[in-house]
Amino acid sequence: MMYYYFGLAMRSLKRNLVLTALMIAAIGVGIGASMTTLTLFRAMATDPIPQKSRQLFTLQIGNWPPNKVTVATGDEEHLQQQISYPDAVALMNAHEGRRQSAMYHGGRTVIPANSDLKPFEASTRAAYTDFFRMFDVPFVYGEPWPASDDANHSDVVVLSRELNDKLFGGANSVGKTVDLDGRGFRVVGVAARWNPVPRFFDLNTDKYGKTEQMFIPFTTAIDEQMEMWGNFNCDGDVGTGGWEGRIHSECVWVQYWVELPAAADVARYRSFLTNYAIEQRRSGRFHWQALTRLRNVREWLAYNHVVSDEARILVLVSFSFLFVCLLNAMGLMLAKIMGRSGDIAVRRALGASRGAVFMQCLTETAVVGLAGGLLGLGLTSLGLFGLRALLSDEISRLSSLDAVDITIAVVLAVVATTLAGLYPTWRATRIQPAWQLKAQ
Amino acid sequence: MLKMTHLSKAYRTEVVETYALRDFSIDVREGDFVAVTGPSGSGKTTFLTIAGLLEEFTGGEYLLDGVNVRGLDDNRRSRLRNEKIGFIFQAFNLIPDLNVEDNVDVPLRYRGFNGAERQRRIRDALGRVGLSARSRHYPSELSGGQQQRVAIARALAGSPRLLLADEPTGNLDTQMARGVMELLEELHRDGATIVMVTHDPELAVRAQREVHIVDGQVVDLAPPPRLVTGGGAAASAATGT
Repeated sequence: MMYYYFGLAMRSLKRNLVLTALMIAAIGVGIGASMTTLTLFRAMATDPIPQKSRQLFTLQIGNWPPNKVTVATGDEEHLQQQISYPDAVALMNAHEGRRQSAMYHGGRTVIPANSDLKPFEASTRAAYTDFFRMFDVPFVYGEPWPASDDANHSDVVVLSRELNDKLFGGANSVGKTVDLDGRGFRVVGVAARWNPVPRFFDLNTDKYGKTEQMFIPFTTAIDEQMEMWGNFNCDGDVGTGGWEGRIHSECVWVQYWVELPAAADVARYRSFLTNYAIEQRRSGRFHWQALTRLRNVREWLAYNHVVSDEARILVLVSFSFLFVCLLNAMGLMLAKIMGRSGDIAVRRALGASRGAVFMQCLTETAVVGLAGGLLGLGLTSLGLFGLRALLSDEISRLSSLDAVDITIAVVLAVVATTLAGLYPTWRATRIQPAWQLKAQ
Repeated sequence: MLKMTHLSKAYRTEVVETYALRDFSIDVREGDFVAVTGPSGSGKTTFLTIAGLLEEFTGGEYLLDGVNVRGLDDNRRSRLRNEKIGFIFQAFNLIPDLNVEDNVDVPLRYRGFNGAERQRRIRDALGRVGLSARSRHYPSELSGGQQQRVAIARALAGSPRLLLADEPTGNLDTQMARGVMELLEELHRDGATIVMVTHDPELAVRAQREVHIVDGQVVDLAPPPRLVTGGGAAASAATGT
């Protein structure tokens, strides 16, 4: 019977094209508005590493005296979002987590062996080898450098697939050498496409941007004084004595992540961190009670307001708009169904039960919802296109529809329209065939 | 086939109770062709809608083909209506966006017949009313008489035990009305049980017998004006108080 009901729905919708178009337009506009904001919201709010987001932790240490905080952190505890180099080195040496890596964002000049290519600057992440396994970075060729390369400050590099394509035409470049600022770096691996969104491990720059083009050991980057391209915040004292003075100052510019698989590991690490701060105070480095904080990926994204309150409100407003659109569609459906009271009465007289009338009208409603959903998808694409023109580059990069968004839009349209159609459908089942037929 | 005993139908508001049928009794037997007549507002159509299970009654008893219909739920009433009753309306009541074939198909769909069985029944029913060649036409492409023939085909397709006709020629000119009436008589001769509501005395006399309703009550049991040859069961009776 469903096929029969579907055929009847198509006929009924064709019968009054204007009313049908209005219903579909009402639903389409509502779906378009809500899906535009929801798509953006989902991209902003998506867990970038769901399989490990509760096991990966970043940390904060209150290494600045409370009265010298000069950077507005938005944090009542005045904690900075990054840590200092001395803290990073100390924590790496302690090696208290299962895996851990200090890291920072910088850049190197690549001098291609191919003379057709001009030298260019490539974004670079300085990290420890644990970075790759901790964050499940996939590899096309090779593998992360061994821990000994961290210890030996080796000139090794992991290229992104994109950079490998550019320098080696996509071929396996493991074992080959890349010239970075005049020094040869041996390629140990080529990472596959890996762009967690948001870029949770470093929210200081371009949080919806791409991952760096290459990775080198943190120790090597420090040796070679690779400049920081990210935030470098100081409490007023930027340090003296050039590079050495800067990195050994209390300026914060290093991101630090640690993998703690079990709750017991987390508790232990939290205790370790507290003791570390106490030890620093005891040694005379801190003259205050230094706070420490440990947050997993989800907590870190929430703490950083990666999804702004404005975005949440926008989603709420757009779904309220969808509700209004559905109310309009419901009114139109009611008018349409009541306009067919005579037909429904005849069907009842010919043996249709209330259930059969209900299914027939509900099928018609679902077809309207499906058409509205498809129109809504088109309008969502238009909406996202508009957003790309209005919003910053990093946000606009998120604004594309994927299969999940399309599924959500269609299912949302069909379910919402069907729900909105329940009342008109119920009214249809209450039509008194005797009265209708007497009236004729 | 259709037996109502002391049946009543009241419409109630907060201040008034109006009886459309009161102490109404009728017995229509298999093969009867009964004309129900009466002035406007006498309760003819109410009788027909109750007989067709489209409306509940207030009191009394109604047996349709031996089934007491009081208290049946909507599903069972719909099923009974679909299987045992064929409706013919004054306004034809064809569904405008379905063609002739699909209109006849409507009750068969609810009956749950498979595709081949439905096609056979549609073909037979349209053949019987002489509209086989018009199966793909839409109602708007047919004359009033042809539309009523389609409605009759639709009523016949499910092989119901009882045909209920409400002023079946009311919207037709004389010539078309004659054609439709001849078709009903032919169906009766073939054994159909027909109850026809009409206020046209000329049509009423063509039925096997006439039941006259005034103010919701059967007031007169007219003797058969003439016998319809070759008809269904000879015995028929109607009683009224």
